[in-house]
Amino acid sequence: MTDIATYNFAYLDEQTKRMIRRAILKGIAIPGYQVPFASREMPMPYGWGTGGVQVTASIIGPDDTLKVIDQGADDTTNAVSIRAFFKKVAKVAVTTETAKATIIQTRHRIPEQPLTAGQVLVFQVPIPEPLRFLEPRETETRKMHALEEYGLMHVKLYEDIAKHGRIATTYAYPVKVEGRYVMDPSPTPKFDNPKMHRSPALQLFGAGREKRIYAVPPFTDVVSLDFEDHPFEVQTFDQPCALCGAENVYLDEVILDDHGGHMFVCSDTDHCEKRRADGHGEQPAETVKERA
Amino acid sequence: MTDEPLLRVSALSKFYGSRVGCENVSIDLWPGEVLAVVGESGSGKTTLLNCLSTRLLPSSGTASYRMRDGQWRELYRMSEAERRFLMRTDWGFVHQNPADGLRMAVSAGANVGERLMAVGDRHYGRIRATAVDWLSRVEIDEDRIDDEPRAFSGGMRQRLQIARNLVTGPRLVFMDEPTGGLDVSVQARLLDLLRGLVTDLGLAAIVVTHDLAVARLLSQRMMVMKDGRVVESGLTDRVLDDPRAPYTQLLVSSILQV
Repeated sequence: MTDIATYNFAYLDEQTKRMIRRAILKGIAIPGYQVPFASREMPMPYGWGTGGVQVTASIIGPDDTLKVIDQGADDTTNAVSIRAFFKKVAKVAVTTETAKATIIQTRHRIPEQPLTAGQVLVFQVPIPEPLRFLEPRETETRKMHALEEYGLMHVKLYEDIAKHGRIATTYAYPVKVEGRYVMDPSPTPKFDNPKMHRSPALQLFGAGREKRIYAVPPFTDVVSLDFEDHPFEVQTFDQPCALCGAENVYLDEVILDDHGGHMFVCSDTDHCEKRRADGHGEQPAETVKERA
Repeated sequence: MTDEPLLRVSALSKFYGSRVGCENVSIDLWPGEVLAVVGESGSGKTTLLNCLSTRLLPSSGTASYRMRDGQWRELYRMSEAERRFLMRTDWGFVHQNPADGLRMAVSAGANVGERLMAVGDRHYGRIRATAVDWLSRVEIDEDRIDDEPRAFSGGMRQRLQIARNLVTGPRLVFMDEPTGGLDVSVQARLLDLLRGLVTDLGLAAIVVTHDLAVARLLSQRMMVMKDGRVVESGLTDRVLDDPRAPYTQLLVSSILQV
């Protein structure tokens, strides 16, 4: 009697899904606004994507195709287990190909391949409040959002420049959505911030422990905060991906041995594999094997 | 100079349940004028100051403020957003404990620059230059600009708090025991600085203090409070040299002589 039918479709009960969908709809109606929701216990620890999983469970249907990435990779523990979870409880098709997915749940990356209309990107968010480390009181941060008092966010950027000579924030880089709410884009590298701007895909953010959902509807302005004399800029890399030779993509450093050997490869594994299949890169057999 | 006051308060009362915070207080404050509110602890000075600065809402009474465009606005009818905007542009509030008025975990420069950023300045170089200028005006060395206020002494913190408040060129500053808890030599320097700034900038200020010497040094006019009511008010020198109300006479005669 271990039949999978003992679970409701996509694990959550229908009432919970309705509640979460209402929060999502409110989030879409007010881009960047954090909507409180009654986060449920999930069969995984907080910090492993309970918010993202609940959002995905509430929007997924039998016809959807799901892709899950963790730091851009389809083959890491978090991505594999969440993918297996939905395969089991929703019996949906899963994929690693960005273009084929209708829902992409992500931890801390946006795929390199541009998303298209109709796709939904679900972010896992640890701390949804961008002002939290500057103002610990929730009552006060809510008031600041309500009254659009965002001077404090620039205090953080000022501190960065004063201490490091440049804006040293490299991930969870604050953005302003549709000219109104300041939002934490989740700990994605700031390299991905420009991809959020006017994206044709719907972007949903779920924070399970903090019980907040927020959203960026398709074709919404997402502007990274900066100073006039210290404008926002993304990370650049000196060399292309060691495997597929891609430039202008986000790279991970991979340690090869104990003697300082390392290489930089695409953090987006699907993008990298696709490029190599298309014949890009030199493909030194040795390193490829090492990675696989 | 103008004949019109900056702030007009009439019949202001604040009750905490059946207890009186302050009762039936009326004030007219002119631009560039410093008004001291003195009295023993529990006399309602701080309640009055909090009501005037809209940090507390009074139980009854009205207060109107003449905005920069010359329009009179009733403080307690303004929206919270407008009041908070007023608080960080045209007004300042100097707390007795600098930790209440400063962000202790961010650098001195950012503390001074916060108000500028809050009103939309987005040029780092300009913000920093203004911060340097203001630090020198309150006698803090430029090389301390990137230090956090927790590395500062009590007197420096208080001066930093003053700089942070004055950077947007406010016209009215509220001060709650600005020299409380400082030793006398530091107090003297701070008073000197405050007097200079108030005169140079033509600030109007309402200073709450229990220290009559501070009131004498800083203010032109003075109000003596007891049990939430104003028992005497007038020119500072007149009140201190020729006190009329019995309580004021007691207060003046209680000053310790060195």
